[in-house]
Amino acid sequence: MSDALASKVIAAIAAVSKRPIEDVKLESTFGELGIDSLNGFHLLCELEEDLGIVIPDDDARDLRSVGDVVEKIRPLVEARSS
Amino acid sequence: MVSAIGNDRNTFWESLTRGCHGFREITLADTSDLQYRMGAEVQGLSFEDSFDPGSRELLDRFAMLFLLAAREAIADSGLEAAELREAAIVTGSSLGGQSTEDELFRALYQEGRRRITPFAVPRTMANAGASHLSIAIGCEGPGLTLSTACASSTHAIGLAFWLVSQGVVERAIAGGSEAPFSRGHLKAWDSLRAIAPDLPRPFSLGRKGMVLGEGGGALVLESLESARRRGAHLRSLLVGFGMSSDAGHITKPSARGAARALRAALEDGAVDRERVDYINAHGTGTPLNDVAECQAIQEVFGDRASRLFVSSTKSMHGHALGASGALEAAATVLAIENRVVPPTANFLEPDPECPLDCVPNEAREAETRVALSSSFAFGGLNAVLAFAAPPP
Repeated sequence: MSDALASKVIAAIAAVSKRPIEDVKLESTFGELGIDSLNGFHLLCELEEDLGIVIPDDDARDLRSVGDVVEKIRPLVEARSS
Repeated sequence: MVSAIGNDRNTFWESLTRGCHGFREITLADTSDLQYRMGAEVQGLSFEDSFDPGSRELLDRFAMLFLLAAREAIADSGLEAAELREAAIVTGSSLGGQSTEDELFRALYQEGRRRITPFAVPRTMANAGASHLSIAIGCEGPGLTLSTACASSTHAIGLAFWLVSQGVVERAIAGGSEAPFSRGHLKAWDSLRAIAPDLPRPFSLGRKGMVLGEGGGALVLESLESARRRGAHLRSLLVGFGMSSDAGHITKPSARGAARALRAALEDGAVDRERVDYINAHGTGTPLNDVAECQAIQEVFGDRASRLFVSSTKSMHGHALGASGALEAAATVLAIENRVVPPTANFLEPDPECPLDCVPNEAREAETRVALSSSFAFGGLNAVLAFAAPPP
């Protein structure tokens, strides 16, 4: 799933977790990347601002990995573009 | 007492015992792009009737809420201003006059104003409530304001208690207030994703978070000797105060830190845990807080935990941040005095991870010998007060 959205999410997560971009994989969990709930919400805030979307609270609480984030926000980004 | 469920002690208590909450759609700020709309705003209060125009110019909403609560508490104490000249005033507020900042900074950045009123600084300062009260009643004793997020006024009441019990002052007026409904502040909470979209449901399955409230609360504390000398009506005895720091995460609650504060309050008051009948819990209604708090209570009380009443009155007056401790201390005092335990409202069904008697939805008639009022703040700063029934 190497697409533009995934790349954007990976870059955002690398910035939030203060890690090199190569360390962030789609299968990486927030726990592995040292991202706690507060940093996780900060990440979502940055993505919402950047992509012009709103991620519902209920969805936000279920996110555990980089891939989860990409999957959850893809329909929101597509809906905004259509 | 000023809150969304009553602007005086009696109305506040009646709402609590009936399980009535004060949540409505927020009107004080634009919520159109937030993930929540509900809040517990103070209703039916005329600041115009309560403060003259000159005073209002200098007062942010949070300070007015405290002053109104303090006026009622002082009137209830039967003390004249002259008898409070040497008293301490200790208040708590997490945000101070942030509504003023929000309004004035918007005018500066967005509307292009070039000047900001000189009233901005005195309106915004967190000690405004304490300062205006001292001016209003001519109180020249120690005055201070604590800001420890959601534990602010619990810390304030506890410190005032220690000032009285250590003999530094004979009397103190203690409490706090908060007015969190500004657009900027509501946006900040939106990003924390800790707010429920409908109602707070502390300790219940299906809880999705807290709901913000506003208000002010004040207690008059007096040494037992002084109160007896003048034949004052004793609503309850404040017997212990405990504090701790989680030394953990900046927002994630810690059962260990909470337990430490609960124990410290019992030790300070030399209270046998078997005499504790009721805990007015921090009980925010966030998934994490309520589990950690129940674990802390179980750790401290052991077998006794299952025989305690543990309710969250935030389910009715909302999470009034730095004012919560004052509202909840008052609820705790009134529970002892009236022999009624207020419920946890909006409760749906028990959560196996919160296996305590949370007094769901209906108040209980019960004699309370000792009751605790707990506040566990963001930042991991915890404060617990222990109140006891006055001797007959």
